Amino acid sequence: MPFIPHTDQDVSEMLGLIGAPSIEALFDEIPAALRVASLDEVPEALNEMEVMQLMQARARQDGRPLCFIGAGAYEHHIPAAVWSTISRGEFYSAYTPYQAEASQGTLQSIYEYQSMMASLTGMEVCNASLYDGATALAEAVLMAVRANRKSSSARILLPASLHPHYRAVALTTAGNQGVKFELLPYERGQGHTARETLDAFAGQDITALVIQQPNFFGVFEDVDALTNFAHAQGALVIAVVNPTSLALLKPPGAWGDKGANIVVGDGQPLGCPLSSGGPYFGFMSTRMEHVRQMPGRLVGRTVDLDGRPGFTLTLQAREQHIRRAKATSNICTNQGLLMLAGTVYMALLGAEGLERVAALSMQRTEQLAHVLTGIPGVRRLFGRAGFHEIVLGLERPAAPVLAHLSKRGIEGGLDLADYYPELGPALLVCATETKTLADIDCYGRELREVLHAARAA
Amino acid sequence: MSSAINLGMREKLIFEYSRPGRGARAQWPAASTPAVPATLRRQRRPQLPEVSELDVVRHYTRLSQLNFSIDTHFYPLGSCTMKYNPKACNAAALLPEFAGRHPLASVAAGQGFLACLYELQEMLKAVTGMRAVALSPLAGAHGEFAGVAMMRAYHRSRGQLLRNEIIVPQAAHGTNPATASMCGCVAREVAVGPDGDVDLDTLRAAVGPATAGIMLTNPSTLGVFERRIEEVARIVHAAGGLLYYDGANLNAILGKVRPGDMAFDAIHMNLHKTFSTPHGGGGPGAGAVGVSARLQPFLPVPIVAREGGTEEAAGSQYRWLTERDLPQSIGRLASFAGNAGVLLRAYVYMRMLGRDGMRRVGEYATLNANYLAKLLTQIGYEAAYPQRRASHEFIITLRRQAQELGVTAMDVAKRLLDLGFHAPTTYFPQLVSECLLIEPTETESKQTLDAFAAAMAQILREAAQEPELLRRAPHTLPVRRLDDVRAAREPDLIYKSDAR
Repeated sequence: MPFIPHTDQDVSEMLGLIGAPSIEALFDEIPAALRVASLDEVPEALNEMEVMQLMQARARQDGRPLCFIGAGAYEHHIPAAVWSTISRGEFYSAYTPYQAEASQGTLQSIYEYQSMMASLTGMEVCNASLYDGATALAEAVLMAVRANRKSSSARILLPASLHPHYRAVALTTAGNQGVKFELLPYERGQGHTARETLDAFAGQDITALVIQQPNFFGVFEDVDALTNFAHAQGALVIAVVNPTSLALLKPPGAWGDKGANIVVGDGQPLGCPLSSGGPYFGFMSTRMEHVRQMPGRLVGRTVDLDGRPGFTLTLQAREQHIRRAKATSNICTNQGLLMLAGTVYMALLGAEGLERVAALSMQRTEQLAHVLTGIPGVRRLFGRAGFHEIVLGLERPAAPVLAHLSKRGIEGGLDLADYYPELGPALLVCATETKTLADIDCYGRELREVLHAARAA
Repeated sequence: MSSAINLGMREKLIFEYSRPGRGARAQWPAASTPAVPATLRRQRRPQLPEVSELDVVRHYTRLSQLNFSIDTHFYPLGSCTMKYNPKACNAAALLPEFAGRHPLASVAAGQGFLACLYELQEMLKAVTGMRAVALSPLAGAHGEFAGVAMMRAYHRSRGQLLRNEIIVPQAAHGTNPATASMCGCVAREVAVGPDGDVDLDTLRAAVGPATAGIMLTNPSTLGVFERRIEEVARIVHAAGGLLYYDGANLNAILGKVRPGDMAFDAIHMNLHKTFSTPHGGGGPGAGAVGVSARLQPFLPVPIVAREGGTEEAAGSQYRWLTERDLPQSIGRLASFAGNAGVLLRAYVYMRMLGRDGMRRVGEYATLNANYLAKLLTQIGYEAAYPQRRASHEFIITLRRQAQELGVTAMDVAKRLLDLGFHAPTTYFPQLVSECLLIEPTETESKQTLDAFAAAMAQILREAAQEPELLRRAPHTLPVRRLDDVRAAREPDLIYKSDAR
């Protein structure tokens, strides 16, 4: 029996002690009419070799295309030490560290994570992870509504240049609590949110402004001006950031005169494989003044009975297992193992390593832009500086172009037609440090051929 | 069984290994100097440690050794289903093609991956008896959110705008009432009778035109099967409400009873419990949701669909269903399509168990719980519901020992750590005083259960003879009991170096 160790003798001794004639008899409190008749739709068992053969065949079917898509999930080199460490059973198969004395390893690693991430974002406190970047933003919006006592409107300003999936998740999540969202347009030709767009809201009750840096298009926002404007209106600032970029960019804690109030994002670039969208981890950091409104777990350093230092979950009166209906969130299970991957990754890279990853990714994207815009019919849509993503305009719909590239083993970017139809045919492309100049040239060659063939057809 | 492995072992903070100029340089890409506008440039480096690769590997390996885990210890944590996580599941999910696949890559370059997800959806439908399944919720509580949001959307679609009450039994998981609030609903508690079943008179009095639905775990958090579930369903449905099944305890009934057959309208499944994906020290999970026909239009997107051919061999194609296909969907719940790597692990686990293995999960989980319950009551522990069959877990109460000897459930839990066992869940459900909720799972052998019972017998003797030993336990772990009050009063949440 797979993963069940019982021998026949064990079973008969156990039933003997219980005083039951059969295992079946243990289910005698369940009404007979409810019992399962058959599970025919579930296939017969495979052994480990057979299931691995199946999975390897399916993996081969998908292959390993050369991928130039970013859009919130980024291919970075993951040091071998990251997964060899976090796959250790003592981390991998442990539960949430409720029994502190038996979980010091997990607890201390979370404390280290909180310290690193707070410093990276320029904040004073960071929680022990949320699900992903989009849900972290949704939680930040709900947190802002609780934390901004000067505002009673529950109105949140979202830039159109924010990741469209983040916007969608914020709506799904916070809409049920009556939060109202207003969309801020981006500057055509530039791709950023102009400070002047906010003038329409001057003097109004706004709970919070969301700023993504770099934004969905990869373009830099005027974070200082936007932050100062929001604070002058009594609104909080929620920063959505890429952690890799923070090695080079001003941390949200230093935006404007007072800094952002809540910082969220997806920790995926820090050691998490792309893995078709998860598991990743959402991060959230803030200032101590807001800590009691923060969702998620927190680890604190304290002392034990002998006065020696140790770590424990703390400020739990915010959480569902204590406060139930009055908790800051319903979150319980988070993304602990991926947060640990991020911790080990940051420890390995250090500030200089992370800076180099960010810098080389920017450079590779510039090189990609140079090669691709040298192809007739391909141009850059936004003139403004940015991080490691750019938007390219095409002369014909992107979908068939991408389909042809896919057949040639290249995932050429994200088609923006569904997200931003007003841009016309457009692609969001990304290159990180993992792309060589040969990879970039290869993409250039294939795109040139595909577009040429399309024109000829 | 040996006592804990790490007597007195401690480990510095990673920051304390840091030396200026040190670094894991094999991990550094080539230097380059991109043009970041001066006003946006970072002025001061973040405080990340400057350490060698060996420093990092040794430090985190040592930290791992301070943990209890399933791989090292029996971990009978009630309500958490800490069963063995097969290694093949991890190996398959980390195959380079799966690990490297971008979430927005074309479906043409993802047919193998999508086939796994589609088949996972189908198997989950089969074992739960639900009409349709969506995989994107990222954990149990996230699945609960999806379920309650769908229930609200259903009522709204029928013009029933005022249905905003969610009924939860007294003993429900904290996530249930918290989810109700998160969805803008009001949680309303109903009493549980002395036999552990929901009190039907209280339920009848609680339902009405404001009822959106009820959230139930079955078997309940009291470790017993809700015997009058059909009557509960009739009462709630007759009042116009819907039934939500909290799948936290699905392991108890896998292959034996299906939530769909118990008339539930929405459920979530904790794939990290029943389908054995790892808990990872707090996560990740996956909280797939299943629905009855009436909630199907409201499922969260995306969902995997199969088109053009009913057999795998007949050139069928998989694709994502989006809001275009499901215009009444509650929408998107996650950045992408869910915790895909977790879903792959659950898929591999289900394929290795197969049809018969599914049924054995419920059977042997229940056998182990009833056996251990019997052993412990023979030793002298008091079962909270002695007249009932245990499900996959059961509750013992230390109220007598607390009163007579001044030894609490927490003291017993801490002493167990000394004896090499992870503690059961303590003080949940709060309905039972001084309780331990014990869930052995089906992957533990009779010999492990016997050893655990022997440790519990030793503790009972110690409680009578040297209660102080228990009150001050644990004695053999890296730390002793921690000062939680100080942790909350003087929060020390990040490391601050002197240099800072």
